[in-house]
Amino acid sequence: MLNFLTRRLIVAFLVAATVMTLAFVLTRLSGDLATSIAGANATQADIEAIRKAYGLDRPVLTQFFDWVGRALTGDLGNSYFFQTRVSTLIAERMPVTLTLGVTGLVIALFVSIPLGILAAVREGTSFDRAVQMVALLGQAMPSFWLGLLLMITFGLQLGWLPISGTGSWQNFVMPGVVLAFSAIPALTRLTRAGMIQAMGSDYIRTARAKGLSRASILLKHALRNAAIPVVAIAAVQLGFMLGGSIVIEQVFALHGVGFLAWESIAKNDFPVVQAVVLVLAVIYVALTMVADLMNAVLDPRLRV
Amino acid sequence: MSALLEVEQLEVGFGSRTSAVRGTSLTVERGETHCLVGESGCGKSVTALAIMNLLARGGYRRARRLSFQGNDLLKLDDRGMARLRGNAMAMIFQEPMTSLNPAYTVGSQMTEVLRRHKGASQRAATDRAADLLARVGITAPGLRLGQFPHQLSGGLRQRVMIAMALMCDPQLLIADEPTTALDVTVQAQILRLLAELQRDLGLGMLLITHDLGIVARVATRVSVMYAGEVVESAATAQLFADPKHPYTQGLLRCVPVPGKQRQDEPLGSIPGTVPRIDPGFEGCGFRERCTFADASCAHAVPQQTAAPGHDYLCRLAP
Amino acid sequence: MSAATMVNAGPKRGWKSLSTWIGAVIVGAAMICAIAAPLLVPHDPFAQDLAKRLQVPFWMAGTDPAHLLGTDQLGRDYLSRLIWGCRISMLIGVTVTVVSGLIGITIGVLGGFFGGRIDDAVLFAITTRLSIPVVLVALAVVGLLGTSMTLLVLTLGLLLWDRFAVVARSTTMQVRNLDFVAAAWCAGCSRFQVLSREVLPNIASHLVVVATLEVALAILLEATLSFLGLGVPPPLPSWGLMIAEAKDYMFFSPWVIVIPGVALFTLVLGINLLGDGLRDLFGARTDT
Repeated sequence: MLNFLTRRLIVAFLVAATVMTLAFVLTRLSGDLATSIAGANATQADIEAIRKAYGLDRPVLTQFFDWVGRALTGDLGNSYFFQTRVSTLIAERMPVTLTLGVTGLVIALFVSIPLGILAAVREGTSFDRAVQMVALLGQAMPSFWLGLLLMITFGLQLGWLPISGTGSWQNFVMPGVVLAFSAIPALTRLTRAGMIQAMGSDYIRTARAKGLSRASILLKHALRNAAIPVVAIAAVQLGFMLGGSIVIEQVFALHGVGFLAWESIAKNDFPVVQAVVLVLAVIYVALTMVADLMNAVLDPRLRV
Repeated sequence: MSALLEVEQLEVGFGSRTSAVRGTSLTVERGETHCLVGESGCGKSVTALAIMNLLARGGYRRARRLSFQGNDLLKLDDRGMARLRGNAMAMIFQEPMTSLNPAYTVGSQMTEVLRRHKGASQRAATDRAADLLARVGITAPGLRLGQFPHQLSGGLRQRVMIAMALMCDPQLLIADEPTTALDVTVQAQILRLLAELQRDLGLGMLLITHDLGIVARVATRVSVMYAGEVVESAATAQLFADPKHPYTQGLLRCVPVPGKQRQDEPLGSIPGTVPRIDPGFEGCGFRERCTFADASCAHAVPQQTAAPGHDYLCRLAP
Repeated sequence: MSAATMVNAGPKRGWKSLSTWIGAVIVGAAMICAIAAPLLVPHDPFAQDLAKRLQVPFWMAGTDPAHLLGTDQLGRDYLSRLIWGCRISMLIGVTVTVVSGLIGITIGVLGGFFGGRIDDAVLFAITTRLSIPVVLVALAVVGLLGTSMTLLVLTLGLLLWDRFAVVARSTTMQVRNLDFVAAAWCAGCSRFQVLSREVLPNIASHLVVVATLEVALAILLEATLSFLGLGVPPPLPSWGLMIAEAKDYMFFSPWVIVIPGVALFTLVLGINLLGDGLRDLFGARTDT
């Protein structure tokens, strides 16, 4: 187990290093950054000044190792537009994104696990087919469009929920639902498949032969085993959701990390862009490790 | 007093396409070991599962009579059946490696039976579980209770399954090929254990096996199954001494007997395989592999009695 | 006889299933729209007519019979833009899938076929790719380099190869260990021959299924990027862009976002239905 964890840590570190390199290369793709930062009306002198001020006159490799070195100490550089430290900016915006992501995941789990269990128990019935159909519909639903539809319906026509902003918990209901929608199909299918497999297993036959109650057979014996892949995927889904929240934050004008990234892209604020890419990737890698750990907790066979 | 378990004309099918068991009858008396033998696919396991009402989804059962201690099992609903299972009638399976839930400890899986059926406290249930683990020959039962199934060998797991089946002092134990998946040495131990427990606890046991060696050692009565039917049923000695059905005879020829079998003499075998039996199949299921078969075997086969308690299903005279 | 061998009639699969046919019909219609768009459009999708802005579609009172689905905020015919948008979506969906398929299949087959260090590297590449937030990086690339169709296709193609790689790798591993591949080795076939004659034909059906699902994903992503203003450059009528441009009017005229949204949703659903049908037909596994 310890060996396994060390291996995972090494891989995680390598992934983070690769993403760092990619993020750096990505922001250098456009060629001369100083020109694009200075804008169309800048004089040659302005551009030179910017190049000096941001250290862009140094060799690219020096810039890269400087960035990596600072990032390792938690210093992600300064934003050109906001004129503050990038780490501060991200730290300020992260709570909104995390709230959104966790809300989405909780809603997704509350919907997909019961649906998946019921569909598995009634495998082959019209209920099961309806659940699978809903999963298909959810998969095809563009999240930004769903967000707009919800805004029109619940925000404008029914007036139940606020359309934008981050003032209260109600602001997170619609975005959370939209974000959940992207994870529900996968989680429902996985729960259903896991439950069907578990219900057909020998240990469930044993549980039935022991005369256990239906609730105990389903929820104690089958779900515990079916939950193992679901938990792992749920953690990974949270990572995807944080990455995907950029769309939803834009639609609902939630000023989270995704919104920050979108603004920064529009403003050519490359230190922020490369930092957000890096932070989201690191969070994703951390979440996959959390998933492995949770698997080990849930599945005694992985504990040695 | 009625027999412990009475099965008359049991039929089991899956969907509309296959009938796995067609008109099986058997009786298990208190304190006797009734062996159900036959090659794989003949419907032995399905018979056992149908008795316990544990058929997989899509399976259905019909019977003229299916009674346990005089109570009609066909009239019981799911809950009523669940109250009996693991309690008065218990079952152990062929696959010890997969029959225990990998996510829970041995102790947790054993105690939940007693807690469910007898309302025992966790402490009392744990004590009973430890006693039974010791009874089935597991050393350090306290340690084993806290372990997970994957930490146990196949033989140990089967012992755990047996101990678990005994938690509520059942009257009837159905054992479905309990030793097939185990090493030969372990097989013998488990078999000896089952025979011992059966004798000491006065259990009625329905032992399903394809191994005639086992039958010879432990069975009081034998029923031979072929293609979903019991083709011959007799007391063990009677059956081995005077098999009537051509299939039983063929089966016995396949067993090497040390001393009697000559080195150069080939061991018997039955050519062909068990046919697929669809609903509406008529006549003797063995006729395509039988050397005595003629045209009349395609029609209904008479049940004949060779001696009191020795019935067989064939047109051949006793 | 094991009780587990029960026969389950279950719902109809493959071509017997209604949903596969629905998917096929939707995809077929979209392909016709995409190929024959210049012939099908009733008006020039780019022609503005400010006097006829935001005409309502046919099911509402006061509709203009010349514009079945109404007009947008610049008076462009909505039906024509919708058909043209289908062409853009299909074009991007297919080309992105070709790019990502080439990358993913190459990587996956190499890893699965050679194993060892090469496979370690492939797994690492897949892990790294999965940790990169797709929408964000695609936005950044397009934002920094400017919006163009070619750039969009290349960017998405470089980002969406992961499922191809995962499936190609696992299926190649399975096929590699089968007897007929061993037979080909024994018959003295070269690596290239074994790969092209034995392995690829046998994993092709799995990859076709992945490809359908990837087309759907690429179309959704293109719409998302266009919606965020960093996808297809205006005035091209991408469905995502149509929704973005109509957003300011959606509270008063909800149909302006409903129409392109329904089109997008239906197309993606259709492709997914067809993909699921093909998966059942081939008995392929595509779970990653």
